[in-house]
Amino acid sequence: MGFTRRGVLSAALGGATALATGYRPAFAQGAPIKVGILHSLSGTMAISETTLKDVMLMLIEQQNAKGGLLGRKLEPVVVDPASNWPLFAEKARELISKENVSSVFGCWTSVSRKSVLPVFKELNNILFYPVQYEGEESERNVFYTGAAPNQQAIPAVDYLMSKDGGEAKRWVLAGTDYVYPRTTNKILEAYLISKGVAPADIMINYTPFGHSDWQTIVSDIKKFGSAGKKTAVVSTINGDANVPFYKELGNQGVKATDIPVVAFSVGEEELAGIDTRPLLGHLAAWNYFQSVKDPANDAFIRAWKAYKKSDKAVTNDPMEAHVIGFNMWVKAVEKVGTVDIDKVIDALPGITAPNLTGGVSTMLANHHITKPVLIGEVRADGQFDVVWKTSGLVPGDAWTDHLPGSKDLEADWVTLKCGNYNTVLKKCG
Amino acid sequence: MPFAPLLRFFMLCSLVVLSALALATTQAQAQAPAAMPAQGERLAAGLERFKADSFADTEAAIAAIAASGSAQGVAILSALADRRLFAGAAGVFYRDAAGQAFDALTGQPATIPADAAMVRLNNRLRNVVQAALGTMTLLSPDPAQRVRAAEAVFRSRDASALVTIEAALPSEQNPRVRRAFEEARAAILLSSADAPEALRIAAARRIAEAGDNDAISLLRQFSGQTTGGLNAVINQGILSIEQAQRIRAWGQTLWFGISLGSVLLLAAIGLAITFGVMGVINMAHGEMVMIGAYVTFVVQELFRNHAPHLLDWSLPLAIPLAFVTAGLVGIAIERGVIRFLYGRPLETLLATFGISLVLQQAIRTWFGPTNREVSAPSYMAGSFEFVGLQITYGRLWIVVFTLCVFAALLLVLKATPLGLQMRAVTQNRRMASAMGIRTRFVDAMTFGLGSGIAGVAGVALSQIDNVSPNLGQSYIIDSFMVVVFGGVGNLWGTLVAAFTLGVANKMLEPFAGAVLGKIIILVLLILFIQKRPRGLFALKGRAIEQ
Repeated sequence: MGFTRRGVLSAALGGATALATGYRPAFAQGAPIKVGILHSLSGTMAISETTLKDVMLMLIEQQNAKGGLLGRKLEPVVVDPASNWPLFAEKARELISKENVSSVFGCWTSVSRKSVLPVFKELNNILFYPVQYEGEESERNVFYTGAAPNQQAIPAVDYLMSKDGGEAKRWVLAGTDYVYPRTTNKILEAYLISKGVAPADIMINYTPFGHSDWQTIVSDIKKFGSAGKKTAVVSTINGDANVPFYKELGNQGVKATDIPVVAFSVGEEELAGIDTRPLLGHLAAWNYFQSVKDPANDAFIRAWKAYKKSDKAVTNDPMEAHVIGFNMWVKAVEKVGTVDIDKVIDALPGITAPNLTGGVSTMLANHHITKPVLIGEVRADGQFDVVWKTSGLVPGDAWTDHLPGSKDLEADWVTLKCGNYNTVLKKCG
Repeated sequence: MPFAPLLRFFMLCSLVVLSALALATTQAQAQAPAAMPAQGERLAAGLERFKADSFADTEAAIAAIAASGSAQGVAILSALADRRLFAGAAGVFYRDAAGQAFDALTGQPATIPADAAMVRLNNRLRNVVQAALGTMTLLSPDPAQRVRAAEAVFRSRDASALVTIEAALPSEQNPRVRRAFEEARAAILLSSADAPEALRIAAARRIAEAGDNDAISLLRQFSGQTTGGLNAVINQGILSIEQAQRIRAWGQTLWFGISLGSVLLLAAIGLAITFGVMGVINMAHGEMVMIGAYVTFVVQELFRNHAPHLLDWSLPLAIPLAFVTAGLVGIAIERGVIRFLYGRPLETLLATFGISLVLQQAIRTWFGPTNREVSAPSYMAGSFEFVGLQITYGRLWIVVFTLCVFAALLLVLKATPLGLQMRAVTQNRRMASAMGIRTRFVDAMTFGLGSGIAGVAGVALSQIDNVSPNLGQSYIIDSFMVVVFGGVGNLWGTLVAAFTLGVANKMLEPFAGAVLGKIIILVLLILFIQKRPRGLFALKGRAIEQ
């Protein structure tokens, strides 16, 4: 984006209104606190993001029923960026400049997050990002409540290498062709090689978005799996492409007991609309499953079903991330007694909030949180059986230790005040 | 020298066979109360470990039950494999396939207490259960069960199964079971390091003969781990299987290409009418496909709720309904919007694009943004082997279905009055009008026909893709590509183009990958259109001059 006159003007205006917002509570006691919700309600991503909007509305409703925040009512402001990446930036600007929101909960894809980043930095606001992502980022204005690669991908691979996971020796890394799978697979490849896996035992495959003809790839996977070594598939295949993939696996007779597939993007919501027979026994790695038995989780599921007025409504991992993120934001605001952006950003690290699987997550200095990692197995009813979990909570690592470019980097917004501090050169950026 | 171990092995074999016979007789006496206590104790000890709900204990329990020789062992382990085994403080219970509950310890009918939870397995334990079941059910009276058992033994290579197989082989009559037994025996012999070399070589040859993925996988495991003649035989076996697989891979690629081509054809065939014959750039074509898929969903849902036993018939019934629904929507679009825009391609493009967004969002509002479940009828699930090629039933049906739709469409165009009028109107609208043809009516019908066929395509595509509001989007580009490549206005061109693109895509995919393969196809297509702007089979004559 160049410096057009209109751009500068709107930036200046935005800055002015942002300033005005900071002062407003002093004058207008009791005026509602606005919370922005930036999730696609139409277009391709609506399938995943619509429920996140609903869960935010429910959380805000619950908070208001408890008397609001700082004695003021919370008011949700919902916008629809329509799965259109540039529109995400526009809508973010609208939320911050026009609606004067005190924080925004939103985005799903990494590209939408990257698209709104400059807006959040420029207008200084807070974004809570609830989805597992490829890492390699830590920004002052963003709080990442989803999993970093070390909270999902690496433990999943560890599990498959373990005795219970089948001691896999040969690996297929299959993904959709965009930034999250590419980066995750690069990290996984480096990790596998560091664990002594030969490069010839790793097959990497990318497919376009919405790929529906999996015949060749599944038959390649079968062939790759016939080398006399236990083979496993790590799938970063995104969204809709998963269903035809699993159907083809089923049709070609690839069983989970022979070649298990562990997926990072298949959750309860995705399974709700499909025939689960071909998926039985395949795995997913998440930080939350609806099937986890825990009082907090039970209460959340009950509330959600009541809110959706449907007994079939399911919960999933990014929803839990929003629950944690929202509770952390509420606690931080209560701690500093204001919704002032800078004060809340400084207050958030160190804030804790219970997650829904029985632990207490902490916001870390690198703006990521601590989470448990669970491996679940697909059941016939579209839910997951937890077959393995980490013994404690895993702290999110913004910069992976397995890639040469990022292993020296460290993010710390508390003492270093830097998102990419280089520990070798001892400087920021 | 080599005789001594051979002799010893045979002596061992006969000894083991004898003891197996002895074991079989004890098993036959298992019902006798005298044998009960020891077995019962072992069984009870095994069952006890199910209650711990830990994978390690479950594994120990499986081993204990398999070793107990108890009469209900097979029933318990089958129930475990099929998620029908429950453990609680009061004991361990299982349901049989019919849903009848039993106490695992006594084998007597029982009711399962509320606190008993299903015994969980992971993939590793599932393999352990299958292996144990395989060894235990080799002598099952059901031939299919025996084949499954032998296949499980082939995988587990459980040496303790060898005696049973050796004893059963001479009297086995069923050729399929025989083959499976022989392969299982070969797998065990190959993997037992102390078996004589001659037997292991024969086993390696036998496995190489089987020639499938499991065989090559097994041979590769032992390649390089042995020496001398055996290693040579193994490597030779691998080579011969690889060679056969290479030849088969070509056939397989061709089949994949045909099946992709049929999907492309199915998606494009309706567009060949609306765009090809009428010249309307119809961006809402994909949404007609989507409507067809949603009709399938609604029909299937009705069947599921009201007549679940007829569920397999939901697809044939959905076909005419999808045709009518999508056709009516098409006619409405033509009458409501497109007829005002004939001869203005840009406006048509924008208007139909707008309609496609409206339809998508309408479906999203009514049915929700998430995928809807359309299950495959039993005749479309699974696959079969045909001269070594793996052919999935679903894809085969779609190829057949596509060709039927194509033939039916051709028939309509060539042999019905409506088809005649359609062709007349496309060739020369004014002349047709002068001859008394109601061109407006024909336009609406043609557009309806094209849309209806797109709806029918949706029924088939609901089987291989997601039924979601985005379904149509993924096919619109491919459809235009096929129609333009084939030559606008030529149905046969569309057919040839679809299969050419399908096969070319699948040929490229193994080398270039799915992403690059698609790009290469697009680049080639652009170059081709530069050379032949009217596609493969251009219409000749005055008609195209308009």
